[in-house]
Amino acid sequence: MSLKIEHLDHVYAQNSPFEFKALDDVNVELENGHFIALIGHTGSGKSTLIQHLNGLIEPTSGTVYLNGVDIFNQSKEDLVKTRFSVGLVFQYPEHQLFEETVAKDVAFGPKNLKLLEEEIQERVKWAIEMVGLDYEKMKDVSPFELSGGQMRRVAIAGVLAMKPKVLILDEPTAGLDPHGRDTILGQIEKLHKATGNTVILVSHSMEDVGRYADRILVMYKGKAVYYDTPTVVFRHVDELEKMGLAVPEVKYLMRALKKRYPEIDDDIFTVEAAKAEIERVFGGERDV
Amino acid sequence: MNEQTAFVTHGQNGQDTQSQPIIRVENLSYAYPVEDSDQPKQALSDVNLTVARGEFVGIIGHNGSGKSTLSKILNGILSPDSGDAWIEGMNTKDPEKIWQIRKTAGMVFQNPDNQLVSSVVETDVAFGMENLGVPSEQIKEKVTEVLDIVRMSDYRKARPHQLSGGQKQRIAIAGILAMQPDCIIFDEPTAMLDPNGRAEVMKTITNLNREHGMTVLHITHYMTELVGADRIVVMDGGRVVATGTPREIFSQVAMLKEIGLDVPQMTELAYLLNQDGYDIPKDVLEIPEMVEALCHLK
Repeated sequence: MSLKIEHLDHVYAQNSPFEFKALDDVNVELENGHFIALIGHTGSGKSTLIQHLNGLIEPTSGTVYLNGVDIFNQSKEDLVKTRFSVGLVFQYPEHQLFEETVAKDVAFGPKNLKLLEEEIQERVKWAIEMVGLDYEKMKDVSPFELSGGQMRRVAIAGVLAMKPKVLILDEPTAGLDPHGRDTILGQIEKLHKATGNTVILVSHSMEDVGRYADRILVMYKGKAVYYDTPTVVFRHVDELEKMGLAVPEVKYLMRALKKRYPEIDDDIFTVEAAKAEIERVFGGERDV
Repeated sequence: MNEQTAFVTHGQNGQDTQSQPIIRVENLSYAYPVEDSDQPKQALSDVNLTVARGEFVGIIGHNGSGKSTLSKILNGILSPDSGDAWIEGMNTKDPEKIWQIRKTAGMVFQNPDNQLVSSVVETDVAFGMENLGVPSEQIKEKVTEVLDIVRMSDYRKARPHQLSGGQKQRIAIAGILAMQPDCIIFDEPTAMLDPNGRAEVMKTITNLNREHGMTVLHITHYMTELVGADRIVVMDGGRVVATGTPREIFSQVAMLKEIGLDVPQMTELAYLLNQDGYDIPKDVLEIPEMVEALCHLK
């Protein structure tokens, strides 16, 4: 599903002393099927933007089209359908767990879809396994007895069980250790590849962004400043730093190497790609 | 009571405590009770650790490895099942010393929004001192001094909720500094920050340690934040499984991956190139070193 954001403005506490323009004429078209990283400094408008994408908050002006349909100009029933097709995982989603068992918690969303019981159970099993948990072991456990990382995954499973066409995750790995982070992002990537859904990942880790995303949307002071492939966006090293952002460490290395060895390709931002490029340029220097 | 506590008088940078480690942990064990079960969950098993005055020690380990339990015991929030933890010679089990311990070893946590209490920066920083009844002239001076240390002097009259995450954490640090601690324990202070905020906070922590001699215990999942540490402690399954300099620890890429941790990207790259037979030192930590090492190949 494509999302077209047109002249989107959002002003908090308008006409009060606390007036704050969180989104300032955002224009961008997010084509179907990409793994999009949304980056920007704290307060750049990322969270405000994603809440517009499934109609949770209304724009001050401008609008969002989901597959050509203006999501803020449709019947209430259709808006509900929009919310079902654009799944939003908030920051620290484990705070929203509430059911007695893992299976019941994950089933909450699909039940609201008024699906047949059989279909609900199938989806619950699928979603729990999709986040890398063992369905048989987990289904009857209270979500509150799980570790923080497991709770996070159960909460994400609850959104996956809705089978959203667009999956939006707001910093899903904040506070997790490297293993927990790799598990969650790895599963999201697997799902993305298997179903071709659109993923929008809000992240502060440029390393994760470089590793998983095929598009990057950069927000700065309420504006969408770049929307392109990681290769192109990460070329703007100085501009990104001025915006309080950064590029993956590997990119800095390749840039430093390029100054000495102009033949090096510095459009590189993962460790694996850096290794391959270094071996290409420095090949034959190994001592084996 | 253990004899070590008998001759040590606690105090702010007291001369008599100079040679003692600020933090000393011996044979520490702790288990959380589990509901509907007789089998408690072992969080710490026989942990030993010392942190010397002025040292910058990093703690790494996956979620549930015992890092936060350890920090809660150091702060007297939890009491160990066996073993002891001393802060400046004060046993953290001793309920009479608890406030002195918390003042001596200040803590900064993950979420900046949970640590700020006031609607104006300067009163937030002064909050702890006011509770102790410090005269207001002294408070003003101290606020000026600590805001300067965290480079937030321009924001003295600002409202905390209008600050960025990194700025909020620096205000939280200033509030701790105002209590004149001998050491600060940072429990994942950068986990919720954007890259710039992370850099600001790390610069502040490094500056406190290097320029002001503050003893730092820094718990983090971002390995690159510990490249400049004096020592790194690796925890796994409630035990200390390794300690050493950043070079000694991060060069053990296979061990760290085994227990679910990362290494800095440069060290990982050095490891991969090494595996392919390239002559690159395995303990490369930072970009300039990597550039140097590669230049030697040409």
